[in-house]
Amino acid sequence: MMGISRRGLLKSGAAAGVLAATGLPVMAQAKRGGRLRAGLNGANTSDSWDGRTHSDLYMIASAQGAVFDSLTEVTADGSLVGELATDWEASEDAKTWTFNLRQGVTFHNGKAFGADDVIESLQLHVAEGSKSAAQPIVASIAEMTKTGDYQVQFTLNAGNADFPYLMSDYHLLIYPAGQVEEAIAKGIGTGLYAVQSFEPGVRMVAKRVDSHYKGDAAGFFDEIEYIAINDSTARMNALLTGQVDAINRIDFKTEALLKANPMVRIQEVTGNQHYTFPMLTKVAPFDDVNVRRALKYGINRQELVDKILQGHGLVGNDTPIGPANQYYYGDMEPLSYDPDKSKFYLKEAGLTSLDIDLNVSNAAFNGAVDAAQLYQASAKSGGINLNVVQEPADGYWSNVWLKKPFCASYFSGRATEDWMFATAYEAGVPWNDSQWDQPRFQELLLTARATLDTTKRKDMYHEMQQILRDDGGVIIPMFANYVQAVSNKVVSPDTVGNLWQMDNARMAERWHMA
Amino acid sequence: MSTVLKIILQRLALGVLTLFVVSILIFAAVNMLPGDFAQAILGQGATPDAVEAIRRDLGLDQPPVARYFQWLAGALQGDLGNSFAQANFASFVGADSGGNTASVATQIAPRFWNTMFLAGVTALIAVPFSVVLGILAALYRNSVFDKFTNIFTLSSISSPEFFLAYILILFLAVLNPWLPSLSNIYQGMGFGERLEKTLLPALTLTLVVTAHMMRMTRAAIINLLASPYIEMARLKGLSPMRVIVRHALPNALAPIINVIALNLAYLITGVVVVEVVFVYPGIGQLFVDSVKIRDIPVVQACCLIFAGAYILLNLTADIMSIISNPRLRHPK
Repeated sequence: MMGISRRGLLKSGAAAGVLAATGLPVMAQAKRGGRLRAGLNGANTSDSWDGRTHSDLYMIASAQGAVFDSLTEVTADGSLVGELATDWEASEDAKTWTFNLRQGVTFHNGKAFGADDVIESLQLHVAEGSKSAAQPIVASIAEMTKTGDYQVQFTLNAGNADFPYLMSDYHLLIYPAGQVEEAIAKGIGTGLYAVQSFEPGVRMVAKRVDSHYKGDAAGFFDEIEYIAINDSTARMNALLTGQVDAINRIDFKTEALLKANPMVRIQEVTGNQHYTFPMLTKVAPFDDVNVRRALKYGINRQELVDKILQGHGLVGNDTPIGPANQYYYGDMEPLSYDPDKSKFYLKEAGLTSLDIDLNVSNAAFNGAVDAAQLYQASAKSGGINLNVVQEPADGYWSNVWLKKPFCASYFSGRATEDWMFATAYEAGVPWNDSQWDQPRFQELLLTARATLDTTKRKDMYHEMQQILRDDGGVIIPMFANYVQAVSNKVVSPDTVGNLWQMDNARMAERWHMA
Repeated sequence: MSTVLKIILQRLALGVLTLFVVSILIFAAVNMLPGDFAQAILGQGATPDAVEAIRRDLGLDQPPVARYFQWLAGALQGDLGNSFAQANFASFVGADSGGNTASVATQIAPRFWNTMFLAGVTALIAVPFSVVLGILAALYRNSVFDKFTNIFTLSSISSPEFFLAYILILFLAVLNPWLPSLSNIYQGMGFGERLEKTLLPALTLTLVVTAHMMRMTRAAIINLLASPYIEMARLKGLSPMRVIVRHALPNALAPIINVIALNLAYLITGVVVVEVVFVYPGIGQLFVDSVKIRDIPVVQACCLIFAGAYILLNLTADIMSIISNPRLRHPK
């Protein structure tokens, strides 16, 4: 049972080896005490405790990972468990969901937790003028009713079998009702750690709450300190000189140096984070499926994984569903590089050669410009002349992405298939960066969403991935691993979460001192 | 002495005018950059609705000229406005909650003192070090010591700052764990610990600024050594050290002070790279962050501080030159 499960896939042999050497089941012998010091990137001077604005690791690890809780939680092996909810139940059509809430939970300021807190916290995301990234999730709820002090009933606009998963989103933090402003200003949640000090973009210190509902099962440190280190070399130095115990996002170029250090181990997980080249399928020539197929066969995916990710990743087949998803279609026939097929599909489209611009910037993903140049070189023998246009990183998301017909982008992926598709592949959603609208796919999307039977869902999601591979408007050449490094002074469990960096950003909850 | 006072007042008035021009230039430059705060802060999530909502909240939908004069009116009353980033979050909550977090002044103040602390520590090390080095180099000019000093300081000024920083980290933090490579000082940290954490960046900056000051000291002194009055001093039988320190140095002070002032201004305004490498929470990082998200009020305030530092330090340098020179102190 303790073997490496599919979803907790540890790609790096070295990491797996070290983990196997130190890893015993956490519950059995986790040691309490100590101070976890982590050097994390993604911090800004504009950070705050407002979950609606969180988008990068630093605040996700600080808020959902330590100070706040959500209704549900995705465990390291990818299953869903209740956090502030104990259990939930759906109606036949997956349209009405009843959540039972945990009793006896208190916020850090002593206020008792109940149904009102859930309703008020979720409503923040649909408030007038709200800029929350989780707005679509909450907007899908037609009605929230308090059916008891510790029970909430959600009526959705349409059936959604994944609704409990959506409640684990890191934006959906639970604040104390009536004190939301204060809670956002000071960081008052129900999490394992209470804020001691917080300087946005610099440092966050939090202390373990004495009596917490998670008891002895989680939150083993006495104190945690998250230090904002946005520069990757500085992060590495801090770890090597023992000033922090864990760092995220290793620079692949210096990975060998870290590996050589016996005091440090590398942790690598393949998750859903993927790099993409979306094309606007409503714009010629991308409206022709044959042109799209020619482009799909013109890219050398393995080369990109080898050279751009230096091997720290997985070849993608133009579907955003990654190994961290439940219905990942790993056996799908891969889209291998084949210039002859490119030529064939160009001919099908009535073309002998194709000249198009590819607008890229490293703002899309690290190495996007190099990736585009490799793509340019490999596509050439298939008769495709890519003109790589390098765009400024400033304003890339506003001026290039969703605007230029062929560009580079990335997604960190989502916990469920439906969530990912609803974010970027459902017809008409704002982030559908290929403007793609395929009838069969859209039909399956809606059916699968309201289906509770897992076998049927699996078939549907596999078919949808096949359609994306053959017809979709987004080239997804690679899934990028999350690579982080941890000092041997800190023990992490065998299976580390792969939805987000740093054990789904919950290292404060799951790790402990050696 | 009244001439000095007159100069100070004149220069201060000119300084205010300079600040005004700087604020116009910065405002225009930030506005010319592609994208604005709303787009920058939303990133990939910049849907037209969200961008519109933020622009409306922050008044970014008004024409730039109107926005500039609003800012100027506030600035003249000592109110540097509210940081867009913080104001944005306040509006998220639905009310302008706790105005204390949102103001530019409260956001900049701790960073500014951190920067001043680093600049101060560096100056305390670098200024005596380079002046002494310069005097010794002048004293033993063309000796092995002089050549070594020149080569050492010139190669350190020629190397990029981050390279010097990494070299120091390698030798003083990684190979010999004497000093911390992370300078994440925070409020409430004891003075001793703060000083220890600041030492590596201060040493790096010392290497960066030493060459300039040391070379100027050396050149200014050597320049004077050919003067008749120095020859006279020598003929009196004074020791070379005494000739230089007592007779040459006072007359060489003006150019040295000028260079020192310029370098101190650099320490306040130009140490972003060193801050990033050592994760030092100074004003430089805040400035770069703010330019990145087009947070104009913070950018403006930072630039005014930078410009102010240059103006005041230059003014100090000029006044010190006058005081150190009797001919200027008592003009005919």
